Amino acid sequence: MRGRLWRLAVSLFVLGFLLNLAGIVGHVVVSSFARRWFATPVPSAFTTEWYAYAWREFQLDQVLTVTLTVAGTVTAAALLLGFPAAYLLARHEFRGKGPLLLLFFLPLLVPQMTYGIPLATTLYRYRIGGTVAGVIAANLVPMLPLAIFVLLPFLEQISVSLEWAARVHGATRVQVFRRVIVPLALPGLLTAGLLVLVNTVANFELTFLLSGAGSQTLVVALYYAVFAAGMRPIYSVDAMAVIYMAVVLAVLVLALRFVRPTQMVFRLDRRD
Amino acid sequence: MRIATLLLPSVAYLLVMFVFPFAYGVLLSLRPGTGGVSPANYLAFLLDPWQARTIWVTASIAVPNTIVTVLLALIVAYAMRRGIRGERTITTALVLPIALGTVLVAEGINGFYGPKGWLNQALVGLGVGEPTRLTHNYTGVMIALFVQHFPFCFLMLLGYISGIDPALEASARVLGAGAWAVFRRVMWPLIAPGVAIAFALVFVMNFGVFPSAVLVGQPAGATRTIAIAAYQQAFEHSDMSMASAIAVVMGVCQLAGLGLILVLRRRMAGTGVATMGAGKR
Amino acid sequence: MITSLAFRLTKRFGAKTVLDDLALEVRGREFVTFLGPSGCGKSTALNLLAGLLQPTVGEIRLDGARIDGLPPERRGFGMVFQNYALFPHLTVGANVAFGLAIRGLGKVELAPRVRRMLELVRLTGLEDRYPGQLSGGQQQRVAIARALAVEPRVLLLDEPLSNLDAKLRLEMRGEIKRLHGELGLTSIYVTHDQTEALSLSDRVVVLRDGRVVQAGAPAEIHDRPRTLFVADFMGYRNAFPVTVSAAEGDMVVGRAPDITLRGLGVVALASGTAAVAVVRPEDVEVAAEPPGTNVVRGTVRFTEYLGREHGVEVVLGGGQTVTARLPHPAAVGSALTLRLPPERVVILPAEDGAR
Repeated sequence: MRGRLWRLAVSLFVLGFLLNLAGIVGHVVVSSFARRWFATPVPSAFTTEWYAYAWREFQLDQVLTVTLTVAGTVTAAALLLGFPAAYLLARHEFRGKGPLLLLFFLPLLVPQMTYGIPLATTLYRYRIGGTVAGVIAANLVPMLPLAIFVLLPFLEQISVSLEWAARVHGATRVQVFRRVIVPLALPGLLTAGLLVLVNTVANFELTFLLSGAGSQTLVVALYYAVFAAGMRPIYSVDAMAVIYMAVVLAVLVLALRFVRPTQMVFRLDRRD
Repeated sequence: MRIATLLLPSVAYLLVMFVFPFAYGVLLSLRPGTGGVSPANYLAFLLDPWQARTIWVTASIAVPNTIVTVLLALIVAYAMRRGIRGERTITTALVLPIALGTVLVAEGINGFYGPKGWLNQALVGLGVGEPTRLTHNYTGVMIALFVQHFPFCFLMLLGYISGIDPALEASARVLGAGAWAVFRRVMWPLIAPGVAIAFALVFVMNFGVFPSAVLVGQPAGATRTIAIAAYQQAFEHSDMSMASAIAVVMGVCQLAGLGLILVLRRRMAGTGVATMGAGKR
Repeated sequence: MITSLAFRLTKRFGAKTVLDDLALEVRGREFVTFLGPSGCGKSTALNLLAGLLQPTVGEIRLDGARIDGLPPERRGFGMVFQNYALFPHLTVGANVAFGLAIRGLGKVELAPRVRRMLELVRLTGLEDRYPGQLSGGQQQRVAIARALAVEPRVLLLDEPLSNLDAKLRLEMRGEIKRLHGELGLTSIYVTHDQTEALSLSDRVVVLRDGRVVQAGAPAEIHDRPRTLFVADFMGYRNAFPVTVSAAEGDMVVGRAPDITLRGLGVVALASGTAAVAVVRPEDVEVAAEPPGTNVVRGTVRFTEYLGREHGVEVVLGGGQTVTARLPHPAAVGSALTLRLPPERVVILPAEDGAR
């Protein structure tokens, strides 16, 4: 039956894609443990020395610290700034809400290279370029809207009558926020926070444009290492790549405990 | 006003860190190094074949890639709309390329698809002949972009399609519509808006391609994208004015592409019937 | 214990007037109900009283002092919502204690008061459950307990029984009535259900499109509706256009081509004016006498078994339909004579396009 043929084709495609993915990732992992590897299915000899090498040569202790600092700060800032904004957008209709939503959407729509270059120019001019602070500030530009749009549906779900009930029975606005809204928004905050975290760790373009020697995140350091691959053995670069993967996987595993895979990409049904 | 105080920090931040630099960049682009206020940068860019071709190169990467990605993502997502065995595993696995990001995927492709990589080894071993050059060229970039963006697009569309009330399809089948008729007459009008948005997002992501073009492509040749041109002006030639001009050109091209998609979508959508029946999740 | 809650409220949303000069004085211990169909402004009125909305024009005075400037948390009212609005992340006990906890009462003081409240609403022992684990009726009781825990000066209830099934509604209606009496509350109730309004209230205020159409004791609204709208709301299903031909004291006679009806004239009606005679299906009886004043004859068009009685539709010679509730069935197509008792018929002024 045609239906079954279709399904078979789709299954084969998905399988192929996943195998492809496994190959891509697997190759990097195997290479990182190879002493020498040329055109054979498996390296002739294995070693773990590249990891220590990479750690030293690429200054991974510093890079890791920077990565975690940047990711943590951006996440915290995005939630702190984004939560009140999302709350407001979820509760109120007002003139100018449309353009405002567009303003928030633009950093997600426009590619980072397009606005990153003017942004870098501006930040370098004000001497923040090349610093960790500059990297954090730049990453917050797309991450703040991300946090807002992830939080929005969660906050819309909290019925207004709960706030009314609290207010009628004596709670001030601040108390309503603290005792009713924040506890009920916790799942949303968690989801938004984890998504921002995952995205910031992997975010390349903005960090690339804004970072200096001491303010590179793992992914940017990896880029430079690959770029200058002639200078260092490829195995050490792959070792660094594996370390990067480990960090990403750690965050991803944490995120997937609370977030469904389909939630990790942009929610289409909200926008239309 | 309470509304203002809650929104102010976020709005202010984006105005300062997004709108202002953008405006500053546009202004800067109109002040070329040669002095005065003029569109000299733009003219220089568009008239220099070496630079101007980056638009064509970028489009020739972005457009086919977006079409293929969205088409395949749509087919697979549609096939899986009612759930499939192992769906959880598949969707989780597909999150991986999104989480890992562009650089790692590029590096991995260089290894796996490289002349001495597993894929070519397998092809040679199976007797399919001498390995084709799949990395450090146009092909490599296309593969890299597909691997990165297919999962993203697929997950978006899967979520969207799953949200459509299954009763709509069921009633169409009961009324006699076969699988293709159901798709063409019932599902496609409902899915089209989501596909348009997915198309727009993937196109924009593809058009801005940078690390993949450098690491898996030929940044000095076949895959010199407009992002690379902008970057070089900014950081290799330190000509921020020109770099901003190129960034503006890039932005305009993307907007043009988006505009085209919107127009096409409006033509396709026809009546407002397109959005009826899209159930809530 | 309050003496009076007096208010005059107008609320406009842009060009739309949702509440048009609703003026009332509620006395202490009174149970007042705002009755009307959806969109009539009754919930808006309640939200204005609670302070959740601000009136466009108007004022609210509690025992003479203006409170419309106060935010909701300072008015000292209690409110029960249609969807209960229980805090899902708090236990039943914490929900009930909410208002008290806000006021700074410590755990030690709270526990006995919560227990007493739950006893009052007959939910003893459920302090540690979560709202999600309770049935609709139980949730509504918790909502009531929460509102009562703060010893409110006025209790506001916004269609609290709409989401419950018929049996529960009956039971909860009794509970609300009991609590109102036992605790000496002043209650303002909002509903679209006329039975609730009649059963619970000391006074009923009927609203339509933001205006008060009629206000008075339940019996008065029920037996002497002053407009077609109120009559229809109170179940006067039958309406016959007539012309007033005579008036004797309270009673009025109205004539139409082949009906003559004598009934209660609740509003002064001059001879010759256009009017409408209304009567309830339940009040229509089978007649022994021949057709005449208040007695009509027709053919049965439709009949329906309703358990205790039968719903019967009779078409008269002139084409009018009489809907009746009769103790015995009637065969479709058979002839039937019906009596519309004059003391149960109400003659109202005709309105343009109203029904």
